Amino acid sequence: MRGKNNWKAWLYLAPAILFLAVFMVYPLIDVCIYALEENYSFAQGEATGIGLANFRHVLADPDFVQAVKNTFLIVVITVPVSTGVSLLISLGLSSIRRLQHLFQTVYFLPYVTNTLAVGLVFMILFRKTEYSDGLVNLLLNRIGLKTVDFIEGPYWAKMFVMCFYTVWAVMPFKILIMTSALASVNPDYYKAARVDGASSFRIFRKITLPMISSTVFYLIITGFIGAFKAYSDEVALFGTDLNAAGMNTIVGYVYDMLYGSSGGYPSYAAAAALILFAIVFTITYINLTVSRKTVQYV
Amino acid sequence: MNTQKKNSPLSMALIYLFLVLWAVIVLFPFYWMILTSVKSFAAYNSEYIPRFWTPNPTMENYASAFTTVPLGRYFFNTLVFTVATTGLMMLVIVPAAFAFARLEFKGKNAVFAFFLSLMMIPTELVIITNYVTIVSWNMRNTYWGLILPSVTSIFYIYLLKENFESIPNELYSAAKVDGTSDLKYLLRVMIPIAQPTIVTIVILKVIECWNSYVWPRLITYDQNYFLVSNGIQQLRESGFGRENTPAMMAAVVVISLPLIALFLVFRKKIMAGVSRGGTKG
Repeated sequence: MRGKNNWKAWLYLAPAILFLAVFMVYPLIDVCIYALEENYSFAQGEATGIGLANFRHVLADPDFVQAVKNTFLIVVITVPVSTGVSLLISLGLSSIRRLQHLFQTVYFLPYVTNTLAVGLVFMILFRKTEYSDGLVNLLLNRIGLKTVDFIEGPYWAKMFVMCFYTVWAVMPFKILIMTSALASVNPDYYKAARVDGASSFRIFRKITLPMISSTVFYLIITGFIGAFKAYSDEVALFGTDLNAAGMNTIVGYVYDMLYGSSGGYPSYAAAAALILFAIVFTITYINLTVSRKTVQYV
Repeated sequence: MNTQKKNSPLSMALIYLFLVLWAVIVLFPFYWMILTSVKSFAAYNSEYIPRFWTPNPTMENYASAFTTVPLGRYFFNTLVFTVATTGLMMLVIVPAAFAFARLEFKGKNAVFAFFLSLMMIPTELVIITNYVTIVSWNMRNTYWGLILPSVTSIFYIYLLKENFESIPNELYSAAKVDGTSDLKYLLRVMIPIAQPTIVTIVILKVIECWNSYVWPRLITYDQNYFLVSNGIQQLRESGFGRENTPAMMAAVVVISLPLIALFLVFRKKIMAGVSRGGTKG
């Protein structure tokens, strides 16, 4: 009976193990090999040696340097902004009764929409063409500001749209998680604090924030990881040739090295992907260490 | 902050104002996409200052979205991709979760720990080799090439295993005594009981498939195998002449509708599911 069960169990697991072996474990080993094979390309087909030349090439590539700069900017701007605003919105949501569900539903809508499709709408809203300055510029003009081309104009303007769209797209997840964390705080704490005559701000600092701190850190950590992998949003706004737009990201660099007009160099792609993984891993590790020191687990 | 506090009317008004403001920011792009999609090409291009309303809505853009580019074909491809990927994934993960939750075998804990450790691996790292694999199998521009790499998800195996484990073991023992086979037990007892979780996983996977862009872009260069995301990108870069924005927006509306409809129907399920197992942030 036991022996019989044994091989049967493996049979149940077989499809999962097979797919994971082919599309996960083998690629993981293979990507390291690619990264070390020097001068390998799809066209060439043959490596000339083993070493760290791919990493040196990638790190010296101005496109990669630009991509790293863009990615870090996106991370540094969007993670605090989206976390902060989602906290404010969730606090607002939890202090109202009427329309709460309606607001929640509306706020969640971006989660289920196609990034590429809605990105196009953002592009249209911010874009300046010869026919029209676009809606956003119209509003800017109303308050006395000059027209800016947000899609093909100065770097700061493109970065602004980029971050705005990223925040717009990640908010649903954050609001949802934050709202349910707030709802799970035991109301007795608030009652007790109010009896003691504590001010709203003090209650927030001393009760709410500590109680939801593990959720906030969870959102910061997943936010960092997600923002480091930014790519589709950029394509939606600026098109597939992100290097030309100066708006490439690290993930975009990986794909560009693999495929497309600049593609065919899996070794460079592999090196860049491993660098990304190292960055994300390090930042997540730091985040976890910090959160262990600050978060109060209740 | 829930029920106890009596906020002053002024602060309540400010809170509502803030919430309405964010709702407007969220909804406005949707309004603009629908509005633009019903403006006629001529009307749209004559508006140097974009207008918030159109006196003569037209459906002609929707017609041209389907006739100028093979939008119907993209739709069909996405549907095939989504249904096949989700279906195959369930066939892979349900038995695996069952094995981890109920069956006894040597090395179970080691295998499970190994599975969990793989969860850390980002797609970006393995996509390079997967691309080479699919190319070498001559599966570019095929459904199989699109589908195969995404039919397993360790996370969903984990989620389902937890759910299966919460089903009382006595049921299993009783079934064993009655001589019910494991497979029959899985199909007749476990799957029906775990149905809510299974539905959640299916919905989350459907959303993921419908919106996937990167892998399809790598694997397809033949328009006949484009998914909607790639179709949209193609439209942006070369479709509809250069500036037929209304037709482009019509395509965007058509592409967004199915998921929005799905969301409105399964709102509670989706939101509960995402807060348990969603990632995108």
